[in-house]
Amino acid sequence: MDNTRKEWLLNAVLAGALLGVPLWAWLANEPFIVTLATRIAILAIAGVGLNIALGLGGMVSFGHALYLGIGGYVAGIAAHHAFSGMPVLGLAGTNQMLPIWAMAMLLSGIVAGIVGALSLRTSGIFFIMITLAFAQMGFFFALSWPAYGGEDGLPIFLRNQFPGLNTARPWEFFLLAYSVLLLVLAAFALIRAARFGAALMAIRQNPDRAAAIGISPFGIKLVGFVLSGMITGLAGAMMADLTRFVSPAMMAWTMSGELIVIIILGGVGRLFGPVAGAAILVGFEVFFGGVSEHWKLWLGLVLLAVVLFARGGLIGLIAGRARHG
Amino acid sequence: MTLALILEQLLNGVQFGLMLFLMSAGLTLVFGVMGLINLAHGSLYMIGAFLCAAVAGATGNFWLGLMAGIAAAAAAGALIEVAVIRRLYARDHLDQVLATFALILILSEGVRMIFGPFPLYLNVPDALRGTVNLGIVDYSLYRLALIGFGLAVAVGLWALIAKTRLGIQIRAGESDREMIAALGVNIRALYTIVFALGAALAGLAGALVGAIQSVQVGMGEPVLILAFVVIVIGGIGSVKGAMVGALLVGVIDTMGRFLLPRIFATFLDTSQAMGVGAALASMLIYLLMALVLIFRPQGLFPAHG
Amino acid sequence: MADPVLDLRGLCKSFGALRATEDVSLTLRAGEIHALIGPNGAGKSTLMALISGKTRPDAGTVWLEGQEITALSVPQRARAGLGRSFQVSSLIPGYSALRNVMLALQARQGHSYRFLRPVMRDAALRAEARAHLDRVGLGPRASVEAAVLSHGERRLLEIAMALALRPKCFLFDEPMAGLGASGTAELIPFLRALKADAPILLVEHDMDAVFQLADRISVLVTGRIIATGGAAEIRANAQVRAVYLGEDG
Repeated sequence: MDNTRKEWLLNAVLAGALLGVPLWAWLANEPFIVTLATRIAILAIAGVGLNIALGLGGMVSFGHALYLGIGGYVAGIAAHHAFSGMPVLGLAGTNQMLPIWAMAMLLSGIVAGIVGALSLRTSGIFFIMITLAFAQMGFFFALSWPAYGGEDGLPIFLRNQFPGLNTARPWEFFLLAYSVLLLVLAAFALIRAARFGAALMAIRQNPDRAAAIGISPFGIKLVGFVLSGMITGLAGAMMADLTRFVSPAMMAWTMSGELIVIIILGGVGRLFGPVAGAAILVGFEVFFGGVSEHWKLWLGLVLLAVVLFARGGLIGLIAGRARHG
Repeated sequence: MTLALILEQLLNGVQFGLMLFLMSAGLTLVFGVMGLINLAHGSLYMIGAFLCAAVAGATGNFWLGLMAGIAAAAAAGALIEVAVIRRLYARDHLDQVLATFALILILSEGVRMIFGPFPLYLNVPDALRGTVNLGIVDYSLYRLALIGFGLAVAVGLWALIAKTRLGIQIRAGESDREMIAALGVNIRALYTIVFALGAALAGLAGALVGAIQSVQVGMGEPVLILAFVVIVIGGIGSVKGAMVGALLVGVIDTMGRFLLPRIFATFLDTSQAMGVGAALASMLIYLLMALVLIFRPQGLFPAHG
Repeated sequence: MADPVLDLRGLCKSFGALRATEDVSLTLRAGEIHALIGPNGAGKSTLMALISGKTRPDAGTVWLEGQEITALSVPQRARAGLGRSFQVSSLIPGYSALRNVMLALQARQGHSYRFLRPVMRDAALRAEARAHLDRVGLGPRASVEAAVLSHGERRLLEIAMALALRPKCFLFDEPMAGLGASGTAELIPFLRALKADAPILLVEHDMDAVFQLADRISVLVTGRIIATGGAAEIRANAQVRAVYLGEDG
């Protein structure tokens, strides 16, 4: 069986398991597992966002938690104002997910545009540090801005609404997250196969060559970075609704690190890499977190081993090297 | 608001900046010589603080603790370099970020396993307790000593790089890696020494700052990120840039937190002014970094050309 | 006479005290191959960088079909009609030969901001890319990753990518380098035919190839052009023989 078919089979297994396990849990009345699966799906959405920048464009953003946080705060602040009835900046609060998602993506995109325009002036190690620093700026801003809870965070008393669903039920909220994940994966696959993806991946491999045939690396990378931030922002809004709580911790640098770890564990640039990575990370946390309070030590050792010895991540391990057609 | 208060904050800013310099100097050297981005540098800072607190607590002698902290950080640095970091020089930045991120997880949990989940407290040495009169302000003697320490280490580091054989090798390593091989320098040993030197500086900073903060797991990373801001501003690989950047960040951050809420209080009510001022002050150094990037993308003192 | 296709006027570039390019003026006319030769360190690479836009001149201007392009960036110049190959093959290593050429086509059409249609299912794009590969003889190797092509095949792929840009002029940086005698012998008639598509500025070390191909030759020595003329003229030029060919005159 060739590698492409192996990868598709693995993708199908992952997609099936992520639907099947919570379905079983729902039938067996195990809402905790349904919630875990929802967390995996939402983290995977955030990872797909980062995978555009990092996997396709080679932009090692160490600050994607910023967009997760922006999305989270949009959801939290909208719900807060819907609850209190007070408008914010002339806009009424809302407890509807669709406008919240639109706003989360819009704001994340704008911020990603600014951060990208500044940090893409540099490359390599500078880029890593600058994206990290800008995320840290958001983190400290959220920490010290008292209006929405500051360091205590902001609770969302009732999960926001989606037309036709009762989002308070774990299974229905999971189905929503799973559907969004499939949509986002489809978008990733489309972008990767389209002219834009061809240009973005070419720039990652050889920016000088891309420039010499007339493709401007800066513009393409910036658009990729903005798309990436928007998707991660969407995940942030959903994550806030999952935990019904937003806090500066969503923007902490460790969160940015975890998003990268998700991509690496799964496989950089692979369509289902973030899904596999999120499942591994959450699974690790649940299983080893139950066994040992020092599970992060083991996570660190595994991660170190993957970086040093298994650079393709899980999907690379099973389906071999990625092929770009 | 008095002149004395402003002077005190200014000195606090300089002290903070010099501690940041100790962190940044190691990071920037490691990048300049080996081309490596080391996220685990903050863990070495933490190790220095923990060992200092533990040994000082056990012996009652701060100075013994300080030596132990520096030695432990240097030893941990050398060990990490030989075991892991060495394999990363030829890798891309993503691998370096991930592997050193993994090291943070391992070292943080390791320290938690050894020292337990609760913070340690490190007392200021008896000889440096109390305040000293600087004309218009009574200033903490310990903080003043930190300023002295920081300046002394900066001068020592300059002398090491400018005057010694090791310094010549470091400078050669920054400009041309093949040349130092041609000169017959043992590159592997040089890299280990440079890494351990950076680790010792981080451990020193951690131990010194440990006496005015609580010593706890996770204390290194906020400082690490500030050190990143410092070297982005100063220019990656430049020790001089790290010095200037660290002082800028230290003073601007401290003064911003002190002055901005007071400035806003002149036209907003106090609680609002505190909120807006504090939020803005927390962003100040990042805005500074953005400005530097717009006008000098390679930092104030680009190390290479 | 019509405007030259490519026109360099008084280009100067210094790096510190080193004057890499000194008052270089040079034209490339429609239908010609203009070869640029010179010993190592004469400033050929700097001049190529000034033409392609990687480096900005301290003084002087670059014109393409009567339009000044001095202020344009590398990608802008490529879109304006400058098709170059690199001295050391520079390709997208993870892409197949076909995909490399398709990328050049997509860049020429200016449609890189399209997000929906799968590029590999674009039959027209594939067909044209395939035609360019066939033209340089790489058709059978279309699906091979650039990273595993042989050295000679990579040189040819560079040329195929330049063809796909349908440029106003070609800028070939040592296309014969490392091709060996038979490869060079095959490339010579190809380039001779290609100049009908667009004129070629050819930087080349292989003197036999240069003297066979070039309509005009310019000799660059320590950043200056010391002579420009036909093959016979250059062969006979005493200064060229003295400085470049290492003879005493």
